[in-house]
Amino acid sequence: MTERTAPWIETLFRVVRIPQAAFGLVFISITFLSAVFASVIAPLEPETMDFDYLLSGFSAEHLLGTDQLGRDTLSRLIYGTRIALLVSVGSIGLGVFVGVPLGLIAVYFGGWTDDIIMRVMDSLVVFPSLLIAVALAAALGGSLTTIIIAIGVANVPWMARVIRSQGLSIREMDFVAAAEAGGMSHARIIFRHILPNSLAPVIVQSTLSMGYAVLVEATLGFIGVGVRPPTPTWGNMLYDAFPMLEQQPMLSIIPGLAIFLLVLSFNFVGDALRDVLDPRLKGITH
Amino acid sequence: MWVYFLKRILQMIPVMLIVTFLVYALMLAIPGDPARALIGPGESLDEEQLEYIRKKHNLDKPVIVQYGIWLGKAIQGDLGRSTQNQRPISEELKSRAMVTLQFGIVAWVCAIFIGVPLGIVSAVYRGKPIDFFATIFSIGGVAIPNFWLGIMCIFYFGVVLGWLPTQGYVDIFENPKEGLRHMILPAFALGITSWALIMRQCRSAMLEVLAQDYVRTAHAKGMLQGKVVWVHALRNALLPVVTVFGLQTGRIFAGSIVIETLFGIPGMGQFMIQAIFARDFQAVQGSILIMAMAVLFANLITDFVYAWLDPRIRYDD
Repeated sequence: MTERTAPWIETLFRVVRIPQAAFGLVFISITFLSAVFASVIAPLEPETMDFDYLLSGFSAEHLLGTDQLGRDTLSRLIYGTRIALLVSVGSIGLGVFVGVPLGLIAVYFGGWTDDIIMRVMDSLVVFPSLLIAVALAAALGGSLTTIIIAIGVANVPWMARVIRSQGLSIREMDFVAAAEAGGMSHARIIFRHILPNSLAPVIVQSTLSMGYAVLVEATLGFIGVGVRPPTPTWGNMLYDAFPMLEQQPMLSIIPGLAIFLLVLSFNFVGDALRDVLDPRLKGITH
Repeated sequence: MWVYFLKRILQMIPVMLIVTFLVYALMLAIPGDPARALIGPGESLDEEQLEYIRKKHNLDKPVIVQYGIWLGKAIQGDLGRSTQNQRPISEELKSRAMVTLQFGIVAWVCAIFIGVPLGIVSAVYRGKPIDFFATIFSIGGVAIPNFWLGIMCIFYFGVVLGWLPTQGYVDIFENPKEGLRHMILPAFALGITSWALIMRQCRSAMLEVLAQDYVRTAHAKGMLQGKVVWVHALRNALLPVVTVFGLQTGRIFAGSIVIETLFGIPGMGQFMIQAIFARDFQAVQGSILIMAMAVLFANLITDFVYAWLDPRIRYDD
């Protein structure tokens, strides 16, 4: 009764009690496990071509059918989870590790430091995330790293803005003034006091942005500037499937559904986290 | 109010400078020699020719000077020539912007006339079936990939039912009927995210407003429900909707990149993708510049509308 559970465990318990969030967490976990154990659970290698089954529908040999090269859709879908998750985690990680320190510096030092950083962030926000991602992916070329950078850069200003707006009120709190008076170093105040107290909205924003990153990655793949084929990604699968739309619509339907469900899951979890961590927050979407 | 407008416009200048600089600096992100990138692929160039190109395009000067020269030209409407067809990029963009703008406007107008009423109705009839379906629509609309929705529309309405054309563009002013028929699917696929977001914002704002004291007072005075909703609540419920609009302009422009490619529409987004694949760098730069400026402008309008709807903002600043 008196024993206190760790706050993050308590948060988790409250989140899973929301049905949509529970669904989201289950689906994200399945996706995660598929990505880790792809080589074990996928029935075939994603590049294996079976010329007896071209554009086949559902069958015992190929549960979700095959594409025009006879590649197994289920296997490609399972391997595709790797890129989807690597890109979403990697790009949000980049956004957080660059954006959060920038936001913290802006809020802590204020004045012209704040002005300069935030004007640059305001300017970055003017470019729609997808536009930045397309332009950078095209300029840098389509490898996993460049796609992560392309989507990550678009996330930086949002993270900086979120932590700054939360940090503004924390900055004015008495305990920060006390720490300053006590001669604590700037870095220590920022990391010991301001960061932990401003983290909640960053967690919410990160979860929601992960869903969006999955969308952007798939879009890049579909346009043809994503991670290069033959790497199986959901976007590449849709790119290959589009010319075959009339012959085999399932090829277009299945990867799209996977993207939709994963994005939906991240949104559900993000919304639930927001409700639990800070009900005052309104959705910030880009 | 005018002071606020003026202030807001002045504030835009530094942002505009940084934005244009970022657009220009994108060229520095391309690996390899920018002189080669400017000419486009497929041309073999010797050192002397490269030197000439560097001189001609001022690539031998410091970056900030290059940027200044480029900005000066851009302001005068000179964005260089496309390496694909040697036409001035600004001319190409002008005709294509009109096409993209048409789709953008249709998507927006639909967003207002579908998203806002749907949000209001589902807030007023909270917990009723209509609220349930509207909420499902708004959750799904945000998570669905636009281009995949486009593919599904092409398949269902184009291939299976054969009701609507799925490729190309017809000028709506020349042939209104065909123009509209060509517009329905792409505008739907492009706009759905905005409709969903606006519906969601409108619903939550409306719920908040409907719980306020002054709404209860209006009810107590014997005012009709319809009048309370439309007269008292709507104005306040519109505030967050206006914010979403500003953000959505960018999203609609970015969405046009993939939707125009998918539906074969000769707009700005398609131009940009073609330029990317042709490595026509100045054309990419020009397209991004125009889109960024449009978003900046939309943000400015958003702020003005916001200030007009909510007097508090004007005095705060």
